[in-house]
Amino acid sequence: MNVTVAPDMKGTTGVLSRGRKLVVIGNGMAGCRAVEEILSRDGTRFDVTIFGAEPRVNYNRIMLSPVLAGEKTFEEIVINGQDWYDDNHIQLVSGDPVVGIDRQQKHVITRSGRIENYDTLLIATGSDPFIIPVPGKDLDGVVTFRDLDDVDKMLTAAEKGGSAVVIGGGLLGLEAAHGLSLRGMDVTVVHLMPTLMERQLDEAAGYLLKAELEKRGQTILTSANTKEIVGKDGKVSAVLLEDGTVIPAEIVVMAAGIRPATGLAKEAGLDVERGILVDDHMVTSDPDILAVGECVQHRGLCYGLVAPLWDMCRSLADYATDTPSGYGGSVTSTKLKVSGIDLFSAGDFTSGEDCEDIVMRDASRGIYKRVVVKDSKIVGAVLYGDTADGNWYFDLLKKEEDISDIREALIFGQAFASGGALLDPNAAVAALSDDAEICGCNGVSKGQVVSCINNGAHSLDAVRSTCKASASCGSCTGLVESLLAVTLGEDAVETGPKTMCKCTSFTHDDVRALILEKNLKAIPQVMQELHWSTPDGCSSCRPALNYYLLCAWPGEYIDDQKSRFVNERLHANIQKDGTYSVVPRMWGGITSPKELRAIADAAEKYQARLVKVTGGQRIDLFGIKKEDLPGIWADLNAAGMVSGHAYGKSLRTVKTCVGSEWCRFGTQDSTGLGVQIERMTWGSWMPHKFKIAVSGCPRNCAEATIKDFGVVCVDSGYELHVGGNGGIHVRATDLLCKVETEQEAMEHCAAFIQLYREDARYLERTAPWIERKGLDWLKEALFSDPNTVKELARRFRYSQRFSQDDPWAQRAGGDRADLHSHLAEVRPLQIISEVA
Amino acid sequence: MPVGKWLDVGTVDQIEPGTARTLPVEGREELAVFRTMRGEVFTIVNKCPHKQGPLSQGIVHGNVVACPLHNWNISLETGRALGDDDGCVPTIPTKVEGGRIFLLREAVLNPQVADAADEAPKAAA
Ligand code: SRM
Ligand SMILES: Cc1cc2nc3c(=O)[nH]c(=O)nc-3n(C[C@H](O)[C@H](O)[C@H](O)COP(=O)(O)OP(=O)(O)OC[C@H]3O[C@@H](n4cnc5c(N)ncnc54)[C@H](O)[C@@H]3O)c2cc1C
Ligand code: SF4
Ligand code: FES
Repeated sequence: MNVTVAPDMKGTTGVLSRGRKLVVIGNGMAGCRAVEEILSRDGTRFDVTIFGAEPRVNYNRIMLSPVLAGEKTFEEIVINGQDWYDDNHIQLVSGDPVVGIDRQQKHVITRSGRIENYDTLLIATGSDPFIIPVPGKDLDGVVTFRDLDDVDKMLTAAEKGGSAVVIGGGLLGLEAAHGLSLRGMDVTVVHLMPTLMERQLDEAAGYLLKAELEKRGQTILTSANTKEIVGKDGKVSAVLLEDGTVIPAEIVVMAAGIRPATGLAKEAGLDVERGILVDDHMVTSDPDILAVGECVQHRGLCYGLVAPLWDMCRSLADYATDTPSGYGGSVTSTKLKVSGIDLFSAGDFTSGEDCEDIVMRDASRGIYKRVVVKDSKIVGAVLYGDTADGNWYFDLLKKEEDISDIREALIFGQAFASGGALLDPNAAVAALSDDAEICGCNGVSKGQVVSCINNGAHSLDAVRSTCKASASCGSCTGLVESLLAVTLGEDAVETGPKTMCKCTSFTHDDVRALILEKNLKAIPQVMQELHWSTPDGCSSCRPALNYYLLCAWPGEYIDDQKSRFVNERLHANIQKDGTYSVVPRMWGGITSPKELRAIADAAEKYQARLVKVTGGQRIDLFGIKKEDLPGIWADLNAAGMVSGHAYGKSLRTVKTCVGSEWCRFGTQDSTGLGVQIERMTWGSWMPHKFKIAVSGCPRNCAEATIKDFGVVCVDSGYELHVGGNGGIHVRATDLLCKVETEQEAMEHCAAFIQLYREDARYLERTAPWIERKGLDWLKEALFSDPNTVKELARRFRYSQRFSQDDPWAQRAGGDRADLHSHLAEVRPLQIISEVA
Repeated sequence: MPVGKWLDVGTVDQIEPGTARTLPVEGREELAVFRTMRGEVFTIVNKCPHKQGPLSQGIVHGNVVACPLHNWNISLETGRALGDDDGCVPTIPTKVEGGRIFLLREAVLNPQVADAADEAPKAAA
């Protein structure tokens, strides 16, 4: 015990003469700061006694880390030396902890039995380190990191060298690990979570930090759960992890968290939850007792950093000196005090749905910056490697400043964002060094992007496909666009294909490539991984994604009906009056009396208001009600007919002419081939509708040269035509090649369809697709490798195994009855059920 | 929540999230009961303000349905057409209790376009 009494207090009656008696429990950062604040407002109001469990004067606890690391001495971190207590007539009772508070008698009692009366009591007991309850936690050599005694224990252990295990990869643990490793110990950090300092850092920064610490020789084990601390002769010898790993250790530092030190307050009957409950003036449930620092809980929050303490102490002092101001809570920021590692984090960076992330990475300089913006305000920031702007961001965050005006330049920091000319993000990008990383996902530097632009990549898309920058997560798209503008001049940038829709910054092609690359297999997964900006997409991206996934993962992907347009969901074409049209398939345009009879019966039974022969060589029944669809399908199925997919982005019809069987000019069996082709291709989902025709001779009665795939039979074989279109912009086909057998014609048809399925954008028919890609590209893609046609055809047939399942039969069999029936019916006179 | 008699029209799980089902009302407008991806339930008249398209058959995204006929986007909360389009479909006060969907009877029988100032009632499953 070490009692220090201010000299002029000895034997005087100062207690009464100097005013009310203030007793402070806790000679730490908050307790002493509160006293300082009070004294600066009114030096005579209180007669102060401070009790401290530690046998020393008030010091800066956060600087224990540099002391451990050997960068500072204890003397250098003392905040208030003995002379401060003396000069201010403060009685310091150190090394004698308070063990009880008697609120009736209004006194405290210490371990040595000393009793001290108070008028006002201030509890500032800080926190206790949390000791994880594993076997061996009480062994000699298990230390915490809270006060100077702990540091001394670590230093003693470090003198002998050997291994240390630090349990906890948060701020404290990493500072302990750093110190011990500088003191020559072999350090392993065992961290329960997958990311170091997960409460302050996002994954990216946590990863950079881990890599840096490992480079410095520490072993960092994340997602590692301590099972036991193993001892030998009562002393620590190793740490055993849940997965069986054994790490030898002479010393184990528990840095797994802190708990507010509330024991005294609880015993005294004050209101305590996680911390001692205080109001905005730091008053506890007893008006004569105040509390401040890490031991309190204010508006539901307990803090573990010093900044909030300063604010708390100010309002406490205002209150204690009758000028109450009120503490409103704090937003905190963190820095790691490990020399050579610059790290800053503040606010909330778990980006929610309506948050926007601005990210910049420069791998060569080891820089990662991320600012999270919500409603044009900064809500969080994580900086690694360059923390110069940390305080600026933090300031904007605390003041809730609207940043829309500096949004584009924000990530480049204050200098850029506030300097008039540099407000231009292009200027900021221009100022980046050549080796600054632009695309973190693919590790592409500014220099590489620029040279790729100089080599002819004049659009975002071209950059993405040549050097891969911005081709993955897309977060650097803005940077790449700026680089294009800087390198080529704004006007010379070619605007590439538009993004899929407003929900994403990716183009159709990017999304398709990424689905394969990242193995994405469900719509929500795509939206998550590719940073969709809307919660569940929109009516343009949803059907496209559904198709892309269906095409990418045949047999595996489960079709998402709610992402399909009504026609495809109900397997019929919706009409302007909300009824539907039904078109059964007629293979190659051929029908039979039996089929015609069934169609006639169905048309009568379901009161089709119009029966029409279509331009696609089959019959359309109009005016069918949603509820009647399964019924009419069942009837048509019974006569052997299946869905004609007249409603789908899918194979529509295969038109044929009569061909060599009947026609005097016919060269081949165009009807037969058409039927075979339709049997092979029906049911397949496509980027857009797909039409085929087979004409028996160049007179071309089946109009094969305006179809997506057209066959014109000639004496010597089959001319295969592609990319034709009637409709809005008529386009005649291009001749793809000529083959000799039906077999080859079929094989090429399958291969061409599959290439179209895998390459074209959703809602792009073959005509614009070929116009865009070029016939040369198409021929190259199909024929440069002799195996390609076969391989594409194989993939097509494989995926057909899962799609040639008549959707009508499924529905007629009761599948998805909910789509065809009402939820309920309301008849005003006999209401189904009525509740008050 | 408005006061009045509530009609029990069925359970929430009869509607797949992200879809709608129809509810014909004899002698009155057919209604469409929507359940969004996030589980909120809304009821509107099943008639697009543009050309009477059956909104129940549209693609639902967020709290919006895209009409199946010409792709107008209609807010399920207010019944209002979004973007450049102009028009409004009546909304029916809807609540979910104990997994069942209740509609305000009076509104079912006399659907009204919501007052522009009013935030349309909604219910979470
Ligand atoms: C029924 C039919 C007209 C007829 O009575 O003959 C028809 C009807 C429709 N056509 Fe067609 N087209 C029909 C043959 C054609 C043809 C002729 C052909 O296939 O040989 C063409 C020109 C050839 C072509 O497609 O290249 C044709 C070019 C179009 C177009 C323009 C396509 C284009 O690429 O420019 C559309 C609009 C679209 O798809 O976006 C269209 C769209 C439509 C839609 C689906 C309009 C709509 O979205 O509601 C019509 C649906 C009616 C219904 O409810 O069934 N229809 N349509 C024909 C059905 C064929 C079948 O048996 O499946
Ligand atoms: C190694 C280390 C590094 C840190 N680094 C940072 C940092 O970089 N940034 C940051 O913001 N924060 C940091 N912190 C946290 C910061 O130190 C604390 O938030 C701050 O010290 C809390 O102040 P306090 O007064 O509430 O508690 P303390 O400073 O712990 O003071 C409480 C005092 O009360 C005494 N006491 C407890 N019970 C009794 C009793 N019954 N009787 C008498 N005395 C008692 C204790 O011995 C202690 O001295 C660090 C902490 C540690 C340990
Ligand atoms: S030509 Fe026009 S009106 Fe006629 S069916 Fe085709 S889309 Fe409808
Ligand atoms: S009827 Fe709904 S958009 Fe035209």
